[in-house]
Amino acid sequence: MFTTYDFLQIVIFLGLLIGLTPVLGNYMYKVFAGEKHLMSAPFGWLERLTYKLVGVDATKETNWKSYTFGLLLFNLIGFLFVFIIQLTQAFLPLNPAHLPNVSWHSAFNTAVSFMTNTNWQGYSGETTLSYFVQMLGLTVQNFVSAATGIAVLLALAKGLSRKTTDKLGNFWVDLTRSTIYVLLPLSILFAVFLVGQGVVQNFDSYQTAHTLQGTEQVIPMGPAASQIAIKQLGTNGGGFFNANSAHPFENPTPLSNLLEMLAILMIPAGLTFTYGKMVGSKKQGWTIFTVMFILLVAGLSISLYSEYAANPIFGHLPLMEGKETRFGITNSIIWSTSTSAASNGSVIAMHDSLSPLAGMVAMINIMLGEIIFGGVGAGIYGMVVFIILTVFIAGLMVGRTPEYLGKKVERFEVTMAIIANVITSFAILLFTAWAAVSTLGLSSLNNAGPHGFSEILYAFSSAAGNNGSAFAGLNANTVFYNLLLGFGMLIGRFGVIIPIMAIAGSMAKKKITPVSAGTFQTDNWLFISLLIGVILIVGGLTYFPALSLGPIVEHILMNSGITF
Amino acid sequence: MKTLSIALRIFLLFTILTGVIYPLLVTGIAQVVFPHQANGSLILKDNKLIGSELIGQKFDSTIYFSSRPSAIENNPLPSGGSNYGLKSAKLKAQVAERKSKFIKFNQLEQNAEIPSEMLFASASGLDPHISPEAADLQINRIAKARNFSNVQKQKLKMLVQTIKESPQLTCLGESRVNILQLNIALDKLK
Repeated sequence: MFTTYDFLQIVIFLGLLIGLTPVLGNYMYKVFAGEKHLMSAPFGWLERLTYKLVGVDATKETNWKSYTFGLLLFNLIGFLFVFIIQLTQAFLPLNPAHLPNVSWHSAFNTAVSFMTNTNWQGYSGETTLSYFVQMLGLTVQNFVSAATGIAVLLALAKGLSRKTTDKLGNFWVDLTRSTIYVLLPLSILFAVFLVGQGVVQNFDSYQTAHTLQGTEQVIPMGPAASQIAIKQLGTNGGGFFNANSAHPFENPTPLSNLLEMLAILMIPAGLTFTYGKMVGSKKQGWTIFTVMFILLVAGLSISLYSEYAANPIFGHLPLMEGKETRFGITNSIIWSTSTSAASNGSVIAMHDSLSPLAGMVAMINIMLGEIIFGGVGAGIYGMVVFIILTVFIAGLMVGRTPEYLGKKVERFEVTMAIIANVITSFAILLFTAWAAVSTLGLSSLNNAGPHGFSEILYAFSSAAGNNGSAFAGLNANTVFYNLLLGFGMLIGRFGVIIPIMAIAGSMAKKKITPVSAGTFQTDNWLFISLLIGVILIVGGLTYFPALSLGPIVEHILMNSGITF
Repeated sequence: MKTLSIALRIFLLFTILTGVIYPLLVTGIAQVVFPHQANGSLILKDNKLIGSELIGQKFDSTIYFSSRPSAIENNPLPSGGSNYGLKSAKLKAQVAERKSKFIKFNQLEQNAEIPSEMLFASASGLDPHISPEAADLQINRIAKARNFSNVQKQKLKMLVQTIKESPQLTCLGESRVNILQLNIALDKLK
C-alpha cells in the first residue's frame, strides 16, 4: 500500500534536493571562479601546495587540445595504477583476508570501470579486493574520475561564455579545485556521519562470530565509510561490499539512506546552478534543472506505479524480493530511479528483481545518456549535446541559423553532438546484440526468457552509460563480459568527452551575438518542452525495439501470469 | 614530456591525499567519536563474539524468531540477493513453499496473511530486520516451544514492542524489529 508516509518521504527528498541546489551551486561557482569562499581559509594552503609540488602555473590557460591531452594522460595513469595493484595485491600490504591476485580480465574491467566513473563491478568486494586496492586504487579513482567530469563541464562552460579565444582554462587547476574544495570536505563530513549511523571504518581483519544458533558467521570489516561517502557524492556507485548500498554495513538506517540518496543527486543538481552562473544566466541553469527534475519525477511515478500495482503472479503481495525491510518499497524505488538517473549505479534493491517497468525506467534513465542529473559534470555536458540538437532542430523548423547562448551552432558542433550521442547507442546495441547471439554471452544468464535478454541489455547500457548498476544475476566476471563491458565503458566515457571538448574549443573561438527580438530563447517553458521532446524521441526511437524485446514484453507476459 | 611529469606528480599527490590521508583521517575521527559503530556494532557475550547488530543471522529453530529468507544463507562472503526476476518460475515456487512452511511452522491458519518480507529473499542476504507483524505471528510458536507460562508470553509480547524500531525521525523508512537483538533478549527472558 502506498501511504501518506511514502508520499511524505518523496516530498522531503525532492524538497531537500531543490533547496540544496542553489546553496551548493553557488558555493561551487565561487570555487571554480577562483573567488574567496568558505573553504579558502582551511584548505587554501593545500591548493597552493599542490601547484607548487606538481609544478603547475595556475594562471596559465590552455586550448582544448592540451586540456584534453592532460585529461587523457592523467586518466591513463590512473587506469594503469589500479590495474597493476590488483594484479599484485597478494604481495602488497593491507590484505588481512589474504585475498589472491585478481585475474587480468577482471582487473582490466575494474580499472576501466573506476577510471571512467562507471563503477561497474564484476567482482565481489569483500571476497576479491584488499583494503590496499579499495583505498589507494578505488577510493582515489572515485575522487579523480568525478573531478575529471567536473573539469570537462568547466571547460565547456568557459567555451560557451567566452568569446574569440582558444583558452579553456587549466585542467590541473580545475581538477585540484574540484577535489580539494568540493569532493574532499563533503566526503569527510559525510563519512563521519555515516559511521555514526553504523557504517564500518577500520582496518581489522574479518571477524568470526559464533551465532546464537551455534554456527559460525564471518563478518567482513574494512575502511568502508570513507569509500562510500565519495562513491555517492562523486556519482561513482561502486560498493565496498557485493550487495552495495543494500548491505547493512554500507547503509544501516533510513536516515543514512535519505542522505545517501541526496548525496547521489546533490552535486549534479548543484552544478546546474553553477553552470547557469558561469554562462551568465541563472535562468539557463534552472532550465536544465527543470528538464532533469521533470524527467526524474516522471520516471519515479512510473516505477512506483509498477511496483505497487497488483500482478497475477504474486497478487497484492508487496514485492519484497531483493529489497530490505528497513527501506521498504518506496525508498527502494526512489533510490533505483535516482541512481540510474544520476549515473551513480549503487543499489539498495536488486534491480534484477524489480517489477519489469521499474527495471525499464532504470534502463531508460541510463540509455538517455545519463542526463537526468547524470554523473558529476557529465550530466550537464551530456544535456548540452541534446540542447545543441534541440536548437538545431528548432532552427531547421523556422529556417534560422541555430544559436545557443549567443553562439552560432554550426556544422562542426552538430556533427560532434551527433557523434557523442550516437557512439554510446552504438556500443549498447551492438554489444548487446553480440552477447545475445553468442554462447559466451548467453551462458552467463541467471534468468530465462525475455528477462535474460534484459540482463544483457541492462549490462551494456550500464557500461556505456557509465552507470555501473546491474541486473546482477548476470555473471559478468568472465573474459567475454569483462572485456566487452570494459570497451563499452571506454567508448561511453571518452567517446563523449572528446567531442564535447571539441565543441568547447570551437565555441570559444566564436563571437557572441547580442540578444535580439529574433533570438530563439533557450530559457523558457517552450524550450523546456522542446528539449524534453527531443530527448524522448531520440532516446525512444533508438532503444524502443530493444526495450520491447526485454522489459516491455516482460510486463505483458507478467500480466498474463506467465513464468519462465 | 612536461605534461606527463605533471600528470604523474599530481596523480601521486592525490593518491596520498585521497587514498591515504583521507581514509586515515576518517578512521581516526570515527574511532574516537563512534568506536562501537566504526568497528561493526559487534555484540559480545562473555568476551565471545556472537554477531553484529547490523548483520542478520540465520534463525530457523522453533525457540527463536525466524529471520528473512536469504539467497546466501546469511553467509556474508559475499553478500547478495537471489536476482530472480518476477517472472521466474523458481521464485514463484519458492514463495509458495516459504508460505506453506511459515504457516505450518508457526501453526497458523491456512489463509493467514504472511508479511511479504518472510516470503521474499532480501537484497543483501543479511537483512537484520523483519516487520513487527512478522514477529507477532511467531510469538505463539516460540512460547509453546519454550514452555512459557501466560505471564511469560505476555512479557514476550511486550518485548517485541520494546525492541521494535519505528520509522526514523517519525517518517523515514519502515517499522522493523532487529531479529538478533530480539532473540538475545528472548534468551534472557525469565
